[in-house]
Amino acid sequence: MTTLDAKVPAGPIEDKWTNHRFDIKLVNPANKRKYEIIIIGTGLAGASAAATLGELGYNVKVFTYHDSPRRAHSIAAQGGINAAKNYPNDGDSIYRLFYDTVKGGDYRSREANVYRLAEVSNEIIDQCTAQGVPFAREYSGLLDNRSFGGAQVSRTFYARGQTGQQLLLGAYQALARQVSLGNVKLFNRSEMLEVVLHEGRAVGVVVRDLINGEISSHSAHAVVLATGGYSNVFFLSTMAMACNTTAIWRAHRKGAFFANPCFTQIHPTCIPVHDEFQSKLTLMSESLRNDGRIWVPVDPDDTRAANDIPESDRDYYLERIYPSFGNLAPRDVSSRAAMRMIDENRGVGPLKNGVYLDFADAINRLGKDVIEARYGNLFEMYERITDEDPYEVPMRIYPAPHYSMGGLWVDYNLMTNVPGLYAIGEANFSDHGANRLGASALMQGLADGYFVLPYTIADYLADWLNISPVPTDHEVFQEAEREVDGRMKRLLSINGTRTVDSFHRELGKIMIEYCGLARSKPGLEKALSQIPALRDEFWKNVRVTGTEDNYNSELQKANRVADFFELAELMCRDALEREESCGGHFRVEHQTEEGEAQRDDLNQAHVSAWEWKGYNVPQAHHREPLEFENVALAQRSYK
Amino acid sequence: MDLTLKVWRQDGPGKPGEFKEYEAKGISPDSSFLEMLDVVNERLVEAGEVPIEFDHDCREGICGTCGVMINGHPHGDQKGTATCQLHMRRFSDGDRIVIEPWRATGMPVMRDLIVDRSPLDRIVEAGGYISVNTGGAPDANLIPVPKPAAESSMDAAACIGCAACIAACPNSAGQLFTSAKLAHLNLLPQGQPERYERTIAMVEKMEEFFGSCTNHGECEEACPKSISIDNIALMNRDYIVAKFKDRRKAGQT
Repeated sequence: MTTLDAKVPAGPIEDKWTNHRFDIKLVNPANKRKYEIIIIGTGLAGASAAATLGELGYNVKVFTYHDSPRRAHSIAAQGGINAAKNYPNDGDSIYRLFYDTVKGGDYRSREANVYRLAEVSNEIIDQCTAQGVPFAREYSGLLDNRSFGGAQVSRTFYARGQTGQQLLLGAYQALARQVSLGNVKLFNRSEMLEVVLHEGRAVGVVVRDLINGEISSHSAHAVVLATGGYSNVFFLSTMAMACNTTAIWRAHRKGAFFANPCFTQIHPTCIPVHDEFQSKLTLMSESLRNDGRIWVPVDPDDTRAANDIPESDRDYYLERIYPSFGNLAPRDVSSRAAMRMIDENRGVGPLKNGVYLDFADAINRLGKDVIEARYGNLFEMYERITDEDPYEVPMRIYPAPHYSMGGLWVDYNLMTNVPGLYAIGEANFSDHGANRLGASALMQGLADGYFVLPYTIADYLADWLNISPVPTDHEVFQEAEREVDGRMKRLLSINGTRTVDSFHRELGKIMIEYCGLARSKPGLEKALSQIPALRDEFWKNVRVTGTEDNYNSELQKANRVADFFELAELMCRDALEREESCGGHFRVEHQTEEGEAQRDDLNQAHVSAWEWKGYNVPQAHHREPLEFENVALAQRSYK
Repeated sequence: MDLTLKVWRQDGPGKPGEFKEYEAKGISPDSSFLEMLDVVNERLVEAGEVPIEFDHDCREGICGTCGVMINGHPHGDQKGTATCQLHMRRFSDGDRIVIEPWRATGMPVMRDLIVDRSPLDRIVEAGGYISVNTGGAPDANLIPVPKPAAESSMDAAACIGCAACIAACPNSAGQLFTSAKLAHLNLLPQGQPERYERTIAMVEKMEEFFGSCTNHGECEEACPKSISIDNIALMNRDYIVAKFKDRRKAGQT
């Protein structure tokens, strides 16, 4: 086991980023055009990075497996984006945003990164406004804010319930401008399937054209992965159908350390599962908890309709247990509370698998019009899916796998331990610790893409001035292409009896049961024996129809699910190794008398980073110790 | 519920296509339209056949990836609903459902129900942005935006770029998509400096791919986000003004 160096600059936390920007190397404007940069993914992080690097003068190639960059799943983020503007004059500051985020992450994130995130948060709002993002406004014409979980100030900027969409369109449009200027070359429907290394550095990628199956190599001075999260390992999650781990997993297999894989977030407000054939779970924005009250019946055997249950027979459990944060308790805390209610058999709905989120009080207080203006599109979406009108009857919600805090290990410059290979946005692990606060993912994606990577990447590139990228006919590329081609052929040739989805569904069930909201040693050990068996069966018995040289969604899925098996194993191993409860990682062996997460700061205040050692060989465990110089470690209390 | 599907199958771009019939038995009325297709596809794979290829991703009606013609209606006949948000309870047991890809010369079929919508990216690349580089933006509150303007801009910006408007139009016109992007930017103070150049550039790029608008209004009817054709009127007005205006000579009007 080695100890990792995150290269955090010295000095007081307020000055680290400013000093670092001065200390790192620059590439002068005329030299930028001599560099090639590859970016994988066009969500908030990827699109903003591609646009900004293009503006700076670098030659950028950007790849997306979608038909258009605008489809990336950032588009589905609903509630908002945090910033420390303090426009509402309620006592916010960069320091408070930093503090809340470190605390919200249950003290498992890197202080210096989080401070930088809070520091650039205000610039993001300025930038997006200048781009024409139609944020919500007051009648004065100035920007409006709302509150989100885990904070006692209103610092969330929003565009109705479509903030992610509008921010992504802003970044996409900035990217489109660079494409039209010729600074960025866009490859759509192209999936990255291998990172190519030469002499230990990342020098390019191998991609597959999804329309005709063509495999091609692309070389560059640096490779940036902005490929999002991996919660689809649970099969049912709030992520889009195509979200996967393949890009970062391929990088992991090439030597990039995978950090805190077991830190995944279960979001408390999703629409409950209705049946076996369900393909995904739909999130209802956390912002609903501003006006909705969460409750279950006091009596588990209460069979009355929600509106017939009088106040005295309802248990507003979040308000009862966490009076100071109430319905705005953070996600991990709210999710576990909901799970406990359902475990007590007090769940609601036909399958007794939900809790109520009730707007009756807010509608009485503010009027239906105000609620409609705030959440209209969410209410509509809910009605479409459930056939129930949330203006009339309370919504039913249940926790569902959502965001993945874990990801590739990166240093302060957002570079992985593989030189020249960067990971930004959800694909890295750095800013959210063991639990992400609401409205912080958009902030981090854009911070990395607009304001961090464009500076820090120069520090690496400066040393490679006037050195051409490794040509794509080099043996390292040829070998990687052969590997990709071989894998496609192998998947098609198995010709077994089970569909890809049946394997994925089974894997998801194992993961949600043993590595979901609550984890235990025996459970994780059980999962660690079941997953490899299922994986072996997959490689013997999966059936992938169609051909390699045509659009083939079964083949795409099979390739992604194959990597999910390996990731799932690592997640369970990481969860087993982390002998504490923190944030989204709840080990039943480690809880307080009241059932809250019990951290072990003495032994577990570190990042776990795992090194690939070969197929069927357990990864090696490395640590990055976390030092808290500015925020005092304390039991998180939202009471 | 038991259904019969009549689905367009096409092996690749430029290849001949044909309708094929499939039985979809035992479908839950609570499942979405795409979940119904998932079930059909899983059974096809089990039978060793090639499943029906269709575009889809978020399944929340926001990414704009999905979209097929259902019984002649883009995204089906429920108003303001994308294909992924359409649920089987809208259909009846025993129904026969015709499923086709978007049809427009500017958006050729790539496979089965998948079409090439990249012309929409080309239209945005022509001018669907505000030319501001990262860094150096003024404080966000230095640009007050009247609430009504922000609201109308947002109404237009809600477009998900699915291309149902083009598929619905008898002329395969791209006006609703293009005008929504123009209205989003042209209604905001930040969008004023490039307003007229943007309008000309985007309209002319649009016309390279798509037909002309003759006010059928089918686009608004089909739009899963209920984007209004008022935006087209605004676009036409700006286009005419732009043609009369030479901003280098006319100054800031």
